[in-house]
Amino acid sequence: MLPNQTRRRMVRAIRRNKTTLVGIALTLLIFLVALLAPWLAPFDPIQQNISNGDMPPGPVNILGTDSYGRDVLSRIILGTRVSLGIALSAVGIAIVVGSTLGVVAGYKGGAIDAVTIRVIDMLMTFPTIILGLMVLAVLGSGMVNLALAIAVAITPRFARVARGSAIAMRERDYVQAARALGMSDLRIIFVHILPNLANEVLVVGTLWTGTAILQEANLSFIGLGVKPPIPSWGGMIRDGVNQLFSQPWLSIAPGVAIFIVVLAFNMIGDGLRDVMDPKTME
Amino acid sequence: MFRYAFRRSLMAFPTMLAVLIFIFIVMRILPGDPAYAILGDDAPPEALEQFREIWGLNDPLYVQFGNYIGGLFTGDLGISMANARPILPQILRAMPYTMDLTLAGLIVGLLLGVPLGVFTARYRNTSIDYSARVISLAGLSTPSFYLGILLIFFFSYKTKLFPVIGGGDLNDPWSRLHHLVLPALSVGLTQMAYITRVTRSAFLEVINAEYVQTARAKGLREYLVMYKHALRNALIPLVSVVGIYVGILIGSSILVTIVFNRPGLGKLMVGAISTHDYTMLQAVMVMYAGIIVLVNLITDLAYGVVDPRIRYR
Repeated sequence: MLPNQTRRRMVRAIRRNKTTLVGIALTLLIFLVALLAPWLAPFDPIQQNISNGDMPPGPVNILGTDSYGRDVLSRIILGTRVSLGIALSAVGIAIVVGSTLGVVAGYKGGAIDAVTIRVIDMLMTFPTIILGLMVLAVLGSGMVNLALAIAVAITPRFARVARGSAIAMRERDYVQAARALGMSDLRIIFVHILPNLANEVLVVGTLWTGTAILQEANLSFIGLGVKPPIPSWGGMIRDGVNQLFSQPWLSIAPGVAIFIVVLAFNMIGDGLRDVMDPKTME
Repeated sequence: MFRYAFRRSLMAFPTMLAVLIFIFIVMRILPGDPAYAILGDDAPPEALEQFREIWGLNDPLYVQFGNYIGGLFTGDLGISMANARPILPQILRAMPYTMDLTLAGLIVGLLLGVPLGVFTARYRNTSIDYSARVISLAGLSTPSFYLGILLIFFFSYKTKLFPVIGGGDLNDPWSRLHHLVLPALSVGLTQMAYITRVTRSAFLEVINAEYVQTARAKGLREYLVMYKHALRNALIPLVSVVGIYVGILIGSSILVTIVFNRPGLGKLMVGAISTHDYTMLQAVMVMYAGIIVLVNLITDLAYGVVDPRIRYR
């Protein structure tokens, strides 16, 4: 099927699927919040005001304040930028690196492919968080390292998808014709293989963005994430957990934010997967 | 069957070796110096040098690797850099808690996920289907540690039903179970969507298969058709997913053990990271890798038992 027809069919199927639409709407809203964060936040998320510390939710501080007197709502809003930024960076790195490796391995075949598939399988035996912990144990905490750590866990998945696509494409008539005509490998990859990969990468990418956000929260909760005073949802939960019984909003509120964002991406991803899978289509 | 089992078991060794090499390399490309990390920045150079000698950090890499692999064969996992005691006993003490949680998470996932998957397949595209899928999607979107925190808040604080922390007394099965409930729910409820999804798609495939239609045409009662023919075949793909699922459970349980302050491999690992206990960290990674490789092997073998077509490839 020509890419154009498939795309039109996909869009129609997506429009029918309520979950995906809600997911897309929610995601757009979240991006908006992330973009406008500094203007949306009622207070300065970093400024401490200890005399106003540990206040419960009220008319002034809608979600209360933490031990340093910082407004929880403002920190959550700014945290959107942090979490989204790290997750998208991680997925971006994984797409670029993973697709490159996968396409090269799939297209070239032979020894390169054999080695690559072994490495991919080996990396995929590790749960995402264990890989993340290993990388962070080596590199230390911080935003960039966090994105790298998450990217390491996700890259094998994209590499596998890319490799599969490259292998399928390499047998196609027009690709073989191009080779016979003397087109360089690089050109073939860019002109024929990569565009076909784009669809799958989109679906896989949305699915893994949700996971990336969860992993950022996980790693920040352990304490290896973003360094204070930068607000991070996982870090906020970690700080608040000791006061769970006295100031529960400190831990509960950021968790709701995580839930909403990840749910949004998962809804899109779930809908996209249904669209791709012929068995569940009507 | 025996040939398949033999071949598949043999494959586990190179995989394990590759994983061991990977762990070794990762631990050795540390930008920091373990000596500085453990002894501190003010330590005199002689102490640092002595530290490096004792721990074999000055030996050439192939010697270190030899010691590492050799140690594994004799069951010696080394000595912890943080508390200077042998690692293996510490890990063995932690293992039952980890096994309990992983198994309990698996049971929760299967007990809830499979029926939900069958249910959503049967009533597909109705409002029941959509709400059930949104619910399991919601589970996947919740960090497992967050669900743990919520459960603690409602079931340990507001109502004193379950203990907040600890693993309980291993020798007392009731205490052991009591301390297992909330952590197992935190892990199981969040991850069960994977099981639901696989069961649903497998069941959908099976429902419309020819042999099911034949069974109905024969006049078999609906529930017999469903359970005797459809379900048994639908469960086959589920077996192959269990291996991956256990990996996910293990990842999830690391965080849950922190929330509940529950002893186990996860606690050892996180402790090792914060105290820069490199030998312990390496040993725990090896344990995790071993468990995962083993579970995948068992899963593949079970798949061979359940689906006869695999054996004759």
